Amino acid sequence: MTCEDAVKKLREAFPDSIHEETQFRGETTLRIAKSSLRDICLHARDRMGFDYLVDISSVDHFGQEPRYEMVYELYSLRNEFHLRLKTEVSEDDNTAPTVSDIWPTADWHEREVYDLMGIRFIDHPDLRRILMWEGYPYHPLRKDFPLEGKTTDLPGVAFSEPAPLAGGPFVTIPTDGTTQVREPRARHAGEIPSPEKFLAEP
Amino acid sequence: MSTTLSPVAYDGKIEGNVIFTQLDAAINWMRSHSLWPMPMGLACCAIELMAASSSRFDISRFGAEVMRFSPRQADVMIVAGTVTYKMALAVKRIWDQMPEPKWCIAMGACASSGGMYRSYAVLQGIDHLIPVDVYVSGCPPRPEALLDGLMKLQAKIMKEHSVTEQKKELLENL
Repeated sequence: MTCEDAVKKLREAFPDSIHEETQFRGETTLRIAKSSLRDICLHARDRMGFDYLVDISSVDHFGQEPRYEMVYELYSLRNEFHLRLKTEVSEDDNTAPTVSDIWPTADWHEREVYDLMGIRFIDHPDLRRILMWEGYPYHPLRKDFPLEGKTTDLPGVAFSEPAPLAGGPFVTIPTDGTTQVREPRARHAGEIPSPEKFLAEP
Repeated sequence: MSTTLSPVAYDGKIEGNVIFTQLDAAINWMRSHSLWPMPMGLACCAIELMAASSSRFDISRFGAEVMRFSPRQADVMIVAGTVTYKMALAVKRIWDQMPEPKWCIAMGACASSGGMYRSYAVLQGIDHLIPVDVYVSGCPPRPEALLDGLMKLQAKIMKEHSVTEQKKELLENL
């Protein structure tokens, strides 16, 4: 079976749920309805040999509606081809059905999406945060979350402060001084060393 | 506090293996030459920490080869790597479990200041949570830099007034 056959069979099986098919550099993407995500995934696994879920990711289209998008990257180890499924998640609803019972690897992937993007997965067996600590109030990969972070005030539990960005994550002041002088966030214990003494470049 | 204690004195008039010293100096000498580290390896700096304890660089030359994975047996915590906020809670908890006297070495840019990780997830220096005695620069520092940091810490310990500062309560009750 080739990828074209698989997509054709899938479209015959779910004529109403598959909205759009995109081809880009040999990669096939199907835009599907969220309500039939589980049915399509089960069908793809059991009938078409998509036995491997490579990755689940989410996209934040901030300012648009529907705001979020879930991306499922499937692979068939037997037939050696990929298939990408995309589905939309609205900001008001903010939920998606879990596929962790179809592919067990989805458990942690969905926890990561929940942690960083805030999309909740219905019937997930263990929907806890995976990277930030339990009780952290924000979802950092959303577009309206600043890169430097926000102050968290959970006394006795944890805290976080905005990181000193000074305009961006990687910035230097354009002078001919040392790396210490060029770094706007440097904390100095005493006087700044003279450039002659600690010149970084010849 | 800045006065260096004379570690040892030898009186040639007394026969036998007798040396004079101050109690502080003797305690400091013993402490500084048997610093058992708590290896808090969190990122790539831990690889250099491993190299420092291996045969080529051999941290045991300075009495710090006994890596203790139980904080209750450790003297110095070497924070080697990026401290995320989630891990920071565990680091603080392990630090609290270490018995006094204890010291801390922040190894590398991340542990000292957050390093290149200016982000919502990373604590900007472990000194926000626990007191740091020695900062070692580098990304990651070479093992020699860590050994230099350890020797700086030994020099710092030699200047401490162990009995008067740390046994204040005991001395008052005498």
